[in-house]
Formats: sequence, structure tokens, C-alpha cells
Amino acid sequence: MAATQEEIVAGLADIVNEIAGIPVEDVQLDKSFTDDLDVDSLSMVEVVVAAEERFDVKIPDEDVKNLKTVGDATDYILKHQG
Amino acid sequence: MAKIRPSKGHPYARILGVGGYRPTRVVPNEVILETIDSSDEWIRSRSGIETRHWANDEETVAAMSVEAAGKAIADAGITAEQVGAVVVSTVSHFKQTPAVATEIADKLGTDRAAAFDISAGCAGFGYGLTLAKGMVVEGSAEYVLVIGVERLSDLTDLEDRATAFLFGDGAGAVVVGPATEPAIGPTVWGSEGDKSETIKQTVPWTDYRDGTVERFPAITQEGQAVFRWAVFEMAKVAKEALDAAGITADELDVFIPHQANERIIDSMVKTLKLPESVTVARDVRTTGNTSAASIPLAMERLLATGEAKSGDTALVIGFGAGLVYAATVVTLP
Repeated sequence: MAATQEEIVAGLADIVNEIAGIPVEDVQLDKSFTDDLDVDSLSMVEVVVAAEERFDVKIPDEDVKNLKTVGDATDYILKHQG
Repeated sequence: MAKIRPSKGHPYARILGVGGYRPTRVVPNEVILETIDSSDEWIRSRSGIETRHWANDEETVAAMSVEAAGKAIADAGITAEQVGAVVVSTVSHFKQTPAVATEIADKLGTDRAAAFDISAGCAGFGYGLTLAKGMVVEGSAEYVLVIGVERLSDLTDLEDRATAFLFGDGAGAVVVGPATEPAIGPTVWGSEGDKSETIKQTVPWTDYRDGTVERFPAITQEGQAVFRWAVFEMAKVAKEALDAAGITADELDVFIPHQANERIIDSMVKTLKLPESVTVARDVRTTGNTSAASIPLAMERLLATGEAKSGDTALVIGFGAGLVYAATVVTLP
């Protein structure tokens, strides 16, 4: 069953916590991965790969650069999840 | 039909000795920061690199190779005359004919050893090692020198803030010879030419000659795409090499991945779930990314510092421009 927006944000929060050590409550829709959450370009790749597995979605390299905020990633997953 | 006598080889091959050469000039991040807008902290956090070595005019591809290979020959306990073949992997020898391997074979004092260059980017060491093992087992050479050598400083765009800090120069060499038991496992290797744009030389030499570009060619890469492929796809290849050799992660002593970037190394270790008992090569911190030279250089340093010892079981994996890759399990010399 497809994940809801809330479930996706919670899942991304777990992933960002695991990879960058950011508290889960800080991971909000309007937060920028790079500017607010200490996720640099390489950690972002790890976040993307973990999100792909968790939400059964493919996020190609050329789309990764468009995922600036948690909201961008959430919308992308909502739209593309299997 | 006339009967052709088959060649006579050996049942197995192993790495008998290793040697390295690092150029005398040590280049700290401060020097890199003269041409790019960045910081020491940024470079370290993105790559783990603190210093790298850059070759001077005398430290040519051939000269560095002769130094490294001489040490490998001594370490193996053989003489140069016993070397039957010299395989050199490089992408930064700017005189392509004749092969630099012939000059190296001559300067080392081999007895007319077969000598040739290969081009397999950062997987070059694994490609060369695979050829060498084949030659020893098949019988066309008793002892084979495999050399990875680069002067990547010549192919670095010092104004590109994504790559200026990455590359270094140096040479690493091993001698491969006969063994009575398996000491080089099956190679898992391949190429993905559909991803050739991911890491590449910016333009062909002829574009520079013809004046269609002003800037000398340099190596460029798509950082995120490389990182994803290197960590997640190469972890699968590394696992396949372990499985092919019949070695479990718990039996592994040492992990020597191509020293591309410490972040890739960290993430690979995590993805492969290597136990903490495994010693991980992190030579990239002080040597930078030396492409084909990085694995033998890292191997040499681990053995020299005592972090690894002769007889240890090591997983080696090279990956890079092509894209190409090669992984295998070896017993350290």
C-alpha cells in the first residue's frame, strides 16, 4: 500500500537521523536538506538510496538535484512510489 | 594435423611482493585553496583528503614506476632478469607510443620481458592483476610485474572546485608469481560503457591541438552519480568477489578499495557491513586519488605500518572511468 505524506516525512526523518544524526523532529516539510539538516551532496545520495528502498521508488541521478527540501522529496515519492 | 605442444604453467598464482613510490612534494589543501574558493574543512569533510603528492619534472611516469617496481622486485625476493612480463596501467602517460612499459622493463634490467600498457582507469590494477595471474597460470611468464602509475596532477583542472583537491601522483607495483595454493581469487570485473560520461577526460587531445578548446584536457566527473555507483553498485561487486572466493566477511582481514574518496570508502564499509575486525585502507587521506596506483600504494603502506601483515586475506576493488570495475580477494605478500 502506498505511503501517506505523513508516513513519508516520518520515514525520511528516520533516514536523515541515521545518516546525518539530525533529530527526527527537525525533519519538517519546509526544511532544506543542505542548509537546515546538514545533509551534504554525498549524504543526499545516501538519503536517496535509503528512500528508494523504503518507499519502493526510483529516483534517478538527474532528479536528485531537484530535491532541495523534505517537501520536494516527499512530493516526489508520493508521485512516483510503486 | 601436426600436434602443438601446450604451454606449461602453474596451478596457482600469488602476489609475491609490493612496492610504492610517492613523489617528494607533499601538497596540503592550502595550496589547492589558492585556485579554488573552498576551505580545508570542506575538502576534508567531502573527501577525507589532507595532503597529496605531486610529481616534479624528474618524477616521470617511467621514473616513478621504476622506483616502485624495483621495491616490489626486492620484496618478492627475485631479480629483474626473472621478470617475464611488465603490465603498466596508466591514463596519464602523455607519449602513447611506444608503451611506457617497454622503457620501464629496460630500465629495470629485465631480460627483454614482454611489456605493454593497459587503460582501465581506476580499475587498472585489478585488470593488470587478472592478466598477470592468467599469464602465470597459463605459463607465458613466470613472474609478472603489475604497475599502476599516474601523474594526475597533469590532468587536474585546478580551478574546478569539485575535483581540484582530489587527485595525486604516484606509482604502486606488485610482482605476481607461482603459488602452491590459491592466493588470488576469481576476478569479478566488467564495464558499463553506457555510463562513460560519468567520469571522463573533458575533450580529446586533438581538440586542444586544433584550438577548438583553450583549456588543456582534464578529468571531470559527476560527483553524485559517481558516489551512488561507487558505493552501492560496487558494494554488490565486492560481495560477489567475496562469494566467488568462498570467503565470508568474518574471514576477511583487510579491505583495500580504490582510494577515490574517504566518504565512498566509509559508505562502502557500511553497506558491506564489514566487521570492525577488518582493517580498512584509508591512504587517500595523505595520498589523494591516484587512480590505478591507489590500491598497490595503499597495500604497501598497510604492510609497511604493520596495520596489515603478510598472509592476511584482503578484498581489493577498483572502479572508475569507463565505467569499469574489478574486484578480487588476495593473500597479502
